[in-house]
Amino acid sequence: MTLLEVAGVSKTFPGVRALDDVSFALQPGEVHALVGENGAGKSTLIKVLTGVYQPDDGAVRYRGEPVSFGTPLDAQRAGISTIYQEVNLVPLMSVARNLFLGREPRNALGLVDERRMNREAADVLTRYGVRTDVRRQLGTLALGAQQMVALARAVMVDAKVVIMDEPTSSLEPREVETLFGVIRDLHAQGIGIVYVSHRLDELYQICDRVTILRDGRVVHTGPLEELERIRLVSLMLGRDMAEVRREGVTGFTGEHEVQGAQPVLRAAGLRNRHKLHGVDLAVRPGEVVGLGGLLGAGRSETLKAIGGALPLDEGTVEVAGAPLRRRTSVGAVKAGIALLPEDRKAEGIVPSLSVRENIALAVLPRLSRLGLVSEKKIDTIVERFMTRLRIKASSPHQRVGDLSGGNQQKVLLARLLATAPKVLLLDEPTRGIDVGAKAEVQALVDELAAEGLGVVLVSSDAEELIEGADRVVVLRDGVVVGTLDGADVSTEGLLRTIAAASSAAASAATQEEAS
Amino acid sequence: MTQDVTVPPIAPPPESALRDERRADRLDRIVGTVQRQGALAVLVLVAAIGFAAFPNFRSLANAETILISAAPLALIALGMTFVIITGGIDLSVGSLYVLGGVVAAYASQWGVLAAFLAPLLLCGAFGVVNGVLVAYTRMAPFIVTLAALLGARGLMRALSNEGSETYLVRSEAFRAFGSGEFLGLAYPVWLALALFAGGAVLLGRTRFGASVYAIGGSEDAARLMGVAVRRTQVNVYVLSGLLAGLAGAVNAARLGSGVTVIGVGVELDAIAAVVIGGTLLTGGAGTVAGTIAGVLLLGVIQNLINQVGSVNISWQQVISGAFLAVVVVVQTYLTRLRRIQ
Repeated sequence: MTLLEVAGVSKTFPGVRALDDVSFALQPGEVHALVGENGAGKSTLIKVLTGVYQPDDGAVRYRGEPVSFGTPLDAQRAGISTIYQEVNLVPLMSVARNLFLGREPRNALGLVDERRMNREAADVLTRYGVRTDVRRQLGTLALGAQQMVALARAVMVDAKVVIMDEPTSSLEPREVETLFGVIRDLHAQGIGIVYVSHRLDELYQICDRVTILRDGRVVHTGPLEELERIRLVSLMLGRDMAEVRREGVTGFTGEHEVQGAQPVLRAAGLRNRHKLHGVDLAVRPGEVVGLGGLLGAGRSETLKAIGGALPLDEGTVEVAGAPLRRRTSVGAVKAGIALLPEDRKAEGIVPSLSVRENIALAVLPRLSRLGLVSEKKIDTIVERFMTRLRIKASSPHQRVGDLSGGNQQKVLLARLLATAPKVLLLDEPTRGIDVGAKAEVQALVDELAAEGLGVVLVSSDAEELIEGADRVVVLRDGVVVGTLDGADVSTEGLLRTIAAASSAAASAATQEEAS
Repeated sequence: MTQDVTVPPIAPPPESALRDERRADRLDRIVGTVQRQGALAVLVLVAAIGFAAFPNFRSLANAETILISAAPLALIALGMTFVIITGGIDLSVGSLYVLGGVVAAYASQWGVLAAFLAPLLLCGAFGVVNGVLVAYTRMAPFIVTLAALLGARGLMRALSNEGSETYLVRSEAFRAFGSGEFLGLAYPVWLALALFAGGAVLLGRTRFGASVYAIGGSEDAARLMGVAVRRTQVNVYVLSGLLAGLAGAVNAARLGSGVTVIGVGVELDAIAAVVIGGTLLTGGAGTVAGTIAGVLLLGVIQNLINQVGSVNISWQQVISGAFLAVVVVVQTYLTRLRRIQ
């Protein structure tokens, strides 16, 4: 009997069809991988399964019965537990309290029996390799240990289904082994597991079946063993291996003329616990370097690290030969690094301000004298960039929030360019903007490179990456696993490098981490 | 209910890691104790200074004065502790306190029971409105309870003829509650002690209490962990309203009338007492015992300043304010210290 099943489920949010006629079935004792790139609909599907969202259309069946969970609590009571990627526990409460919240052992008076709770918590957690005083605040534990507490909690509730959303993203290698031990055990007990991860090695190590989502649709479902790695990757990214290299799909013109042999940006040995394990990168003036890899490979993190927005444990960043001393966003901007963030709404534009004010934000420090700013100077700069980037707004005073996504992106670019950077870091510059604006932004990147900027481009659109970049550096789990150069810069080359059996590289990285 | 999971034995972590872990445990315990008991320590210190410096402070009668005048604030602060731990704030309690007093005095003509029930019902209803608005419309508690502050004050003025009419307590039994003693302590003090004991159990030893902490610690996580977030939020505002109404009744019984000119800024005193008592203003941590210490600390400071005599009474607020500032800074520092390890 199928344990948990969704049939023909659709879910629409304003402007987005997050799930489109999705069907998915989980058998008892099965470890079912759920994969897909950003925006493919994995999180939405999980939220439908666990009662956070109600589907617009379609049915959810649990142990053969149609169900409709109103809240996560309903789902949990029915035996569906979820471990979220971000540890969803209460950091200020004690470890034991977190483990038992909502089902604390009680004494004859109905009061929480703290002694028993702490003892049982300690017993349970020892089995998960967590050795700490369970009375300690959860938030003071290492992330991996917190994740283990979340796992223990999920398993303890008499679960029939455990959903794990990127459970290993903050775990040490030793903890990953513990996790896999728990999974195998649950598997043997007939508990169904939905396993979301981007680490291919993990999937092949632990999962029986796989369902691949793309743009809200199921593009493949079946036993994982029978699916080649490269096929899995191409299904996720939506690139058919046969239709590789179609020309002229993007606004890019092709190769750029690299100016000078000295790199304008050189990053070496970037390390951040859990995210980056020694990334090297060099960009020459006029060159566009693409960063390839799956979600969670460390592409955005690399950009953020260079742009001073991610603290580093180790590593150096040089701009035009001069090392950055203070590794902060301000320091990076001063040195000539401009970062276009992935989430322009949250990290970039100020929607309630005008186009002019948004652009002026970046140049204010440079233009102001004794704290005063010449309005005329700002007007000149704003006008120049609006023309240059072909920003379509009724006037410089239009609210940025009222512009289209493409024009918002251009305003953000204008703001970056107004600081006269030497290096441009672009994180998904064309995501969520319409086709016309996309081509314009791509053409603009070409132009900027031609003017001698060093550009680093992150895009989950394989075509954009292939056609826009002169070189593609492929990352996986925070390490560089390959570089595509010249004729190798092709969709097939990219897929092969991403999918390549990575055991050697990965285990080298983890050993380095452990030591 | 616990499933039997037999995780394969894990290689024990190296001895050095275990040592680090134990040191972290110890440090965490020390910092946690300072956070929880800091106010008590300061209270003891300040009281000791008072003992040494002022003969009048030493008298039993003076101690009783401190306790009885602290009782209404203590009740209000008890409810406020719950609200603040959920990450909320209740600005309406000062108004509800006055309103409760006026209503209690007015209702005392129908007997002692009515004198207690009327303010409880009315102020509890305000609490229900506060709670429902906060929990279901997701408006900021600050705004919701500010509206209730204005509404309750207006209602009080309407009931008391623009505040000019002071109802006298008509029930002898109600008046006796305000002035009577048992084992040397006034009834209101006993009531406050009993409610604090109950509050400590409710917060520390029940699932409701666990929900209160969980919501303040992380509302999203609490919801995902199956905590009934909305119901708990409504309950804490109701509790806070009830206690503010009760505090008003207690004060009316003690004064023998429903005084209309008090209560302005009492909500801020209550918040100050709670925060000085070690409850995080951002929610998620705090204790009822700390709140007692906070309330008494404010009371003792006021009393000491009265002892000095020559000092203007307004200095009490200056000193309380300074205490509050120090506590907030120290709390922030300690919380950060616990995180960085």
